[in-house]
Amino acid sequence: MPVMPDKEFRDFLSQGRFMIQCSRTSGKYIFPPRVIEPGTGCPDLEWKEVSGKGSIYSITYVARRNPADSYNVALVDLVEGPRLLTRIEEAASGDAYIGRAVRARIIDEGSDKVLVFVPDDERQQDRGESLT
Amino acid sequence: MNGGFIRGGSAIVGAATYGIGESPGQTSMDLAAMAAMKALADAQLELKDVDGLFICLPDDMLSGLSFAEYLGVHPNITNNNRTGGSAFLTHATLAAMAIDAGLCDVALIAYGSNMRTGAGKLIPPPGSTIYEAPYGVSLAASYALATARHMHQYGTTRHQLAEVAVAAREWAMLNPEAYRRQPLTVEDVITARSVASPLTVHDCCLVCDGAAAVVITAADRARDLKQRPAYLLGAGEATSHRYIAQMADITQTAAVYSGASAFRQAGCSPRDIDVLQLYDAFTINPILFLEDLGFCKKGEGGAFIQNGRIAPGGDLPVNTNGGGLSCVHPGMYGLFTMVEAARQIEGTCGARQVSDVNLALAHGNGGVLSSQATLILGSTEAV
Repeated sequence: MPVMPDKEFRDFLSQGRFMIQCSRTSGKYIFPPRVIEPGTGCPDLEWKEVSGKGSIYSITYVARRNPADSYNVALVDLVEGPRLLTRIEEAASGDAYIGRAVRARIIDEGSDKVLVFVPDDERQQDRGESLT
Repeated sequence: MNGGFIRGGSAIVGAATYGIGESPGQTSMDLAAMAAMKALADAQLELKDVDGLFICLPDDMLSGLSFAEYLGVHPNITNNNRTGGSAFLTHATLAAMAIDAGLCDVALIAYGSNMRTGAGKLIPPPGSTIYEAPYGVSLAASYALATARHMHQYGTTRHQLAEVAVAAREWAMLNPEAYRRQPLTVEDVITARSVASPLTVHDCCLVCDGAAAVVITAADRARDLKQRPAYLLGAGEATSHRYIAQMADITQTAAVYSGASAFRQAGCSPRDIDVLQLYDAFTINPILFLEDLGFCKKGEGGAFIQNGRIAPGGDLPVNTNGGGLSCVHPGMYGLFTMVEAARQIEGTCGARQVSDVNLALAHGNGGVLSSQATLILGSTEAV
């Protein structure tokens, strides 16, 4: 059975599972999904469920003519290593900023499952001032 | 690794732009062909002399073939490498190598795009992934992410970014070819309509029509064709990623490598450069490139450009045509950096001419800070 990275990722997501490939040799998590580990070419990738915990590496607010249509685009670094492009939801004004602890959430968007992140207040408090 | 071609072995002998601004009714290929004919005339050469053809068009995957047919030439070497806006600088490197290797004698590099009157907006390159598509990440948003992180990490200010746009406009006001020439202040930039925070519309490149072309030939022939050819002294190219989320450090580009390679081959250093043409798709770009090319330390680019340093009358002239921010940006700006660098060496820039230009650096950027290509051009004296 050939590895079908994109399909497998989406199938997991539709089951409500956030899975990322990990190399058995190097132990390194990789994203986006592939048939080999980038850099080494190792094909020994296995899917692992990740914690969903991460922090915002950068964020921008994309303006639209109708302010209600404006939205954010963020880069989130997972604690497992990989960085994802995503959107931060459920953040009060000013509460989605670089360094902010966030956690993954799988939401319904039309007929698709989409991965977004929401503020993680528990971890934010643990990490306290060091994030500023 | 060295750059791969003979230092000073070939030179730009013709350089032209065409149709900057709005050229309704003409296709991207029409515009490229007009620029090509102007560049050939500038080189005192004819179409039948062209035996190396390099082009990248926005809307034609096989543009090398289409352009050969359009011009009615049968090149020995045809190339439409597409690394985004940096493509044309990689074309120049390959052209110089092809000339060294005897594959061709006269290389024509061309580009044209009717992005304003045709498409009406900045068209991102095709190819999104399922990992980006749901989030609406525009080109501006990708660069905004880099800008926000640079501000966070190094304290780069909104005011400093605005100064990049103001410097570009001041140069454009000296260039009759430039599309935007009305005065612009730091205040204007900061208070303008937001596109993707922290970037406003004045932090973003223009969306206009335009075309450019250059002609490159061997050094011994160049001397007969042009009083002041722009010799190719050094080149470097580096690719780090495709999509913005996979850029390891979003505040540092692969220009670190393309620049080092170009300087090594040219045998000079940043302090020797008289004028720079840096691909300024957004105001953060010149700041990143000045850092990564070694003109200042990482993180100090914002402070470096302050107080008019890169503007007319400043210590370090950058983007003397007005750049992609104020002169021309039809989607892939790279070739315009080479045209302006060659013109500055030739000494034909009129009111914006920098005095005594012997070394000029042209730098192209492709994708979302993904591909970087650096070219160092020099006068006869610099060879």
